[in-house]
Amino acid sequence: MSDPTHLPLLQLRGISKSFPGVKALAEVDFTVRRGEVHALMGENGAGKSTLIKVLTGVYQRDGGSALFDAHDINPKTPQDAQRIGISTVYQEVNLIPHLSVAENICLGRQRSKFGFLNWREIRRRAEKAMARLGIAVDVAETVANCSIAIQQLVAIARALDIDAKLLILDEPTSSLDEKEVERLFGVMRKLKDEGLGIVFVTHFLDQVYAVSDRITVLRNGNFVGEYEAASLPRIELISKMMGKELSEADFKAADRKEHQRGETPLLHLENVGRRGSLKPLNLEIFEGEVLGLSGLLGSGRTETARLLFGVDQPDSGTTRLDGNPIKLKSPRQAMERKFGFCPEDRKTEAIIPNLSVRENIVLALQVNQGWMRYVSRAKQNELADKFIKALNIKTPHAEQPIRLLSGGNQQKVILARWLASHPRLLILDEPTRGIDVGAKLEIEKLVASLAGEGMAILFISSDLEEMVRNSHRVVVLRDRKKVCELQGGEISESAIMHAIAKAES
Amino acid sequence: MNTWHKLKWPIIALALVLLFNFIFSSGFFQVEIKNGRLYGSLIDILHRAAPVMLISLGMTLVIATGGIDLSVGSVMAIAGAVAALLLTKTEQPVAMVIIISLAVSFLFGVWNGTLVGLFGITPIVATLILMVSGRGIAQLLTDGQIVTFDNSAFEFIGRGALLGLPFTIWLVLFTFILLTVFTKKTAVGLFIEATGDNEKASAYAGVNTNVVKMLVYAICSLLAGLAGLIVATDIKAADANNAGQWIELDAILAVVIGGTALTGGRFFFAGSLLGATLIQALTTTILTRGVPVQWTLVVKALVIIAVCLLQSETFRRFILPRWKKVTV
Ligand SMILES: Nc1ncnc2c1ncn2[C@@H]1O[C@H](COP(=O)(O)OP(=O)(O)OP(=O)(O)O)[C@@H](O)[C@H]1O
Ligand SMILES: [Mg+2]
Repeated sequence: MSDPTHLPLLQLRGISKSFPGVKALAEVDFTVRRGEVHALMGENGAGKSTLIKVLTGVYQRDGGSALFDAHDINPKTPQDAQRIGISTVYQEVNLIPHLSVAENICLGRQRSKFGFLNWREIRRRAEKAMARLGIAVDVAETVANCSIAIQQLVAIARALDIDAKLLILDEPTSSLDEKEVERLFGVMRKLKDEGLGIVFVTHFLDQVYAVSDRITVLRNGNFVGEYEAASLPRIELISKMMGKELSEADFKAADRKEHQRGETPLLHLENVGRRGSLKPLNLEIFEGEVLGLSGLLGSGRTETARLLFGVDQPDSGTTRLDGNPIKLKSPRQAMERKFGFCPEDRKTEAIIPNLSVRENIVLALQVNQGWMRYVSRAKQNELADKFIKALNIKTPHAEQPIRLLSGGNQQKVILARWLASHPRLLILDEPTRGIDVGAKLEIEKLVASLAGEGMAILFISSDLEEMVRNSHRVVVLRDRKKVCELQGGEISESAIMHAIAKAES
Repeated sequence: MNTWHKLKWPIIALALVLLFNFIFSSGFFQVEIKNGRLYGSLIDILHRAAPVMLISLGMTLVIATGGIDLSVGSVMAIAGAVAALLLTKTEQPVAMVIIISLAVSFLFGVWNGTLVGLFGITPIVATLILMVSGRGIAQLLTDGQIVTFDNSAFEFIGRGALLGLPFTIWLVLFTFILLTVFTKKTAVGLFIEATGDNEKASAYAGVNTNVVKMLVYAICSLLAGLAGLIVATDIKAADANNAGQWIELDAILAVVIGGTALTGGRFFFAGSLLGATLIQALTTTILTRGVPVQWTLVVKALVIIAVCLLQSETFRRFILPRWKKVTV
């Protein structure tokens, strides 16, 4: 079948790209054939997103050649790349927050008659695009009001909406649940059969093996190799990404189901709810315990976290802290009581883009100390260096603006911000979003040891495996309501799934 | 290196303006000592720039939070009017006159800050309210008349000299140092920059963004009041109709030239001072060259557009490669 004169769809050779202080790509080769899903793998900061941005004209390459569809290409802007048939979903979702879902999907692609837009057609087209992913949303809704998962799906729908020869998806599934992921994979398989080339970036190994035909591994900006997915065992893939030999034993998480939790709950919610976002909920959070909050997209996990941290206010029920009723009106008040909250939406809710890694790390600690008790510069440097080392944050130095870090490394900085402030209750909403396999284990160990030191941790994740590994107790939400609670040995992926799936009675 | 990168173009522009004067205006660089006080065009430029410099320092903080303050000119007029009234109608000691007029200015800043921070009104609209009504208030205070006064102690603010330099230059220097220490040796600077760079994320990290905004508008107004006193003592009168008219535009320009982005975030006091100096140097040069008055604004605008364009990353990316190709 393979015709020797038939060129692959995309052939990148010797691609190099440097930024001040960072060699992001060094002579990288990358080949995508027609009708294949090609996974691009590597640790945080390996250069995956940079390769994609060089290919699609966001950055200009320093060296190397690019052959696409038998033509030399050198796109100067993402629009150039789109015009020649490359459709891309970037890692940081790039939507216009104040426009509607429909406008975001059709933006710049509307057919206009004498300059007039046909709104009915735009709506229909957007609805069709979303339906393809199995999502029924009101396409007139403003994007800023949608959850990060829906935003991610809108970005994917937008990318699928045009006729492309190459589709690039940079961590498209980082906020999605299994159901949406399955849908997306279905669409990807169909497109692949139609002859499209698809580039897929993710840190979920299961997903890599579920859809990919080939895998290219990058490490520290270097090309490591290209492999057939079917003949590359998982453990070997990880070894290639990390650059060291590993065995299964390295991935046995410590058995930490035994724990010493407080006698009385630190935080006790009695019928706490908020109209339209969470039905009245009872919840106890103990010091020294990792409480997992599980459920599907839109089940009320994030809503619970926001109520706990004072971002939103409940309109019913009582919250007790150490037995005393409290009412939190703002995150600031929550922090006065030594709460911490690492939010799900990194870009809009967490990073201060132009400030340095150091400043992003010390921010919450500084807030706790107050305006006038300035954390000395020496202490700041010490903290920054400590966390850069502990979490293996890849940055040329602590003064680098955080927006220049890779997605996973930004996430680590935000985690560091909350760890540095040392709260009593730490709420982690998808804390490992976009974080590579190795770092995920490090973070899990850290979470366990913090609980061991007596911190109360509320852990939210759509990754069930991770949920099972980390939690001492799991509360399952469904339709904005608590449906069950699992303890110790009862916790398993199947038990959680069962609880989620169980029909309402 | 970073600071140099930011300030390269305004520094070059200022150097060019000075060079132009060196060649074409004889005596521009002369500095004379009369009665133990320095005189000369250079000193004069700094002295004339002082009101804009003071306001631009406050405006820098406001802009760093992502806001803007259009009311500074009106606050100047109010401060001048209050001071003139106290001097002519009451027996208040000079120190009290100064304190009361500055306190009034400060309160107007708190008003702006409340509208923006607490009620979430868009800064441009919130401060427009005071821009329009503030001048009305000043006119009401003075009955629409120019109120003249004669008080040598009070006039020291705008006309006095200390160690050979105009007192206004010392005021600017003192304010600059005070604000730098206040923002860099406490967490204030960090909170201001964080708020301007990503307000939502800052609030989620516990920063009291409302108080941050309140603070910057209050400081900005306070400095506008001080500038108002300088202008009033300079002409020995409160002129509610003209004092500080359009000064907000010069101050905003100074801040932008100085490298603080209108979108908020990182701020640079020294850059703003440099920007204000450049604007005044241009104005003075144009005036001393005897350029027809109707041209002054055009020339000023052209130079400033050039500086702003050269500072813009997009523009440089667009123009420089072509330029390099030509030179290679
Ligand atoms: N605009 C930039 N300026 C400076 N450095 C950059 C820039 N963009 C990326 N880098 C650096 O280049 C390296 C590669 O980043 P890249 O975003 O490609 O990583 P990645 O493989 O996508 O990682 P992740 O899995 O975390 O998304 C990182 O060290 C990053 O800090
Ligand atoms: Mg990336």
